[in-house]
Amino acid sequence: MRLSRGYRIFRGIAIALILIAMLVPLAWMVLSSFKTNVQIYDTSAVFNFTPTLDNYHKVFQQANFGKYMWNSFLVAAVSTSISLVLGVPAAYSMSRFVMKRQAIVVLMARVIPGVSLLVPWYYLFSNLRMVGGYGVLILSHMFVALPLILYILMGFFDGMPAELEEAAQVDGLTSIGAFWHVVLPLSMPGIATASILSFIFSWNNFMFALVLSGAETKTLPVAIFDFIGYASIDWGGLMAAASVVTLPIMVFALFFQKYVVSGLTAGAVKG
Amino acid sequence: MSVPVQNPASGAAGTVNASDHPRPSQSGFSSWANRHRKWLFAAPAMIFTAAMLIFPLVWTVYLSFTNAQGSVRAPKKFIGLDNYVKVLTDTDRFWPAVGRTLVFTAGVLVVQMVLGMCIALLLRRAFRGQGLIRVAILLPLVATPVAVGMMWRLIFDPNIGPANYLLGLIGLGPYPWLAGEKTALATTMLIDIWQWTPMVALILLAGLTSLSDEVDEAAAIDGANTWQRFWWVTLPLVWPSVVVALLLRGIDALKTFDILYATKGRGGGSFHEVETLNVYAYGLSFDYNEYGLASTVLILFFALIVAAMLALTSRQKER
Repeated sequence: MRLSRGYRIFRGIAIALILIAMLVPLAWMVLSSFKTNVQIYDTSAVFNFTPTLDNYHKVFQQANFGKYMWNSFLVAAVSTSISLVLGVPAAYSMSRFVMKRQAIVVLMARVIPGVSLLVPWYYLFSNLRMVGGYGVLILSHMFVALPLILYILMGFFDGMPAELEEAAQVDGLTSIGAFWHVVLPLSMPGIATASILSFIFSWNNFMFALVLSGAETKTLPVAIFDFIGYASIDWGGLMAAASVVTLPIMVFALFFQKYVVSGLTAGAVKG
Repeated sequence: MSVPVQNPASGAAGTVNASDHPRPSQSGFSSWANRHRKWLFAAPAMIFTAAMLIFPLVWTVYLSFTNAQGSVRAPKKFIGLDNYVKVLTDTDRFWPAVGRTLVFTAGVLVVQMVLGMCIALLLRRAFRGQGLIRVAILLPLVATPVAVGMMWRLIFDPNIGPANYLLGLIGLGPYPWLAGEKTALATTMLIDIWQWTPMVALILLAGLTSLSDEVDEAAAIDGANTWQRFWWVTLPLVWPSVVVALLLRGIDALKTFDILYATKGRGGGSFHEVETLNVYAYGLSFDYNEYGLASTVLILFFALIVAAMLALTSRQKER
């Protein structure tokens, strides 16, 4: 359809507004992270300042963010990997054998408020002397990752023709063999989507780590709060900390943009 | 996986010679595993979820009928429905929290759906620079919510934040934003809208892209104007995607925690100005150790979420 000149001008303005609204706040955060607190307090000096790395020095040297970044990475990577091992075959079975009721139980995990799990988990895992360790963080993040992986992959397997696997079985593969040698290699795009999204969700998760992590195992979203004192806020340090938490995952997501979008919109078309 | 997978090449070669049977004959565990693949595949995930889910659920229901407080291990007394009576008659904290949860959720949903639909319609047809805007709307979506909260805390700071500075240039403000007792909740809603409108836009865009242009063009030829084409042609066709977006966003908006905790801290601020049900339940559990009351609030909260989901999905069936 031909677009009128008026519409194109309107579209240009709308796009400019969206870009400003989405990007300027992020730019402000990053910009402030290179300022001293004096410069941050002077709102008129937006660009007129000499950048300093002091805030980042504080974040990594004094606040030990290198350690917390490793914690975040470790918990996200391990919880995603284990969830894949559990989730990929389960999603396949639930999609092929239409196990609606079983699927709903697992997806309920997405709906239930996290706080209602945290009190019993805290009780249970402190009896097992696991609170403050990596194990309990990984388990709790798996609880987020697994439903996500099932949700994305069930949709993916629904769209995969069952004939492929039947043909493999006619050719002499066992049903598990057909899954391993035929279905799995073909599912790599879906598995990539699910793991990338699961990694992002784990990296960003805050509430579980807030309760279940210890001083040594806390993840980045919890560590940010070290920059908020009772009396005052170290704004420069806080913005550097926020940038260190969120920029890596944003770069990661942009790198895998196609997968992220297809994962987030999974189920949107079928309904 | 610990499931032994028979090597298909050697297995098939070794057995097909021995019989004319089209499938390799199997014995023992491998045969059993293949016959029960359905459950073998699904069971680990289901057992994990059930183990992590069922104990907490039963425990929460149990605690809601007791006076558990202080330490979870402390002796508890069964007090029947006392907690429910106490919570449901609590007009000081509970009902205001319900109100804030509903205002927050309804408010952000309406704005996100409308803005998200506008952005999706805008991006529906390809144009130059489309890649840039897709990147721009993806960034808020994947940013860490706690970091996003901190970022907006600086931007909305009444004294040093750029928000008041910019509004001051055109003669508006200053507004107290997050610091104001009346403006705090609306400000957190703005933050949620910034972060999650892109999600709605992406879901609706995926829905719109799957539609064919022909129906729309046919309606145009029949003389329908732009608004009529959107309302009577595009919207009904894209409706399944609208419901998906409403459901996903609705559930997450009801449960919003990170942004509220990052911007206002414990208890939703000193006057509980952003204390939603989730924040209230968290505070009861981990700040006041009122486990019995917290469990009661959580069960009522869960009922609210399920009711909202059912309401949304039953509307879909009608259409």
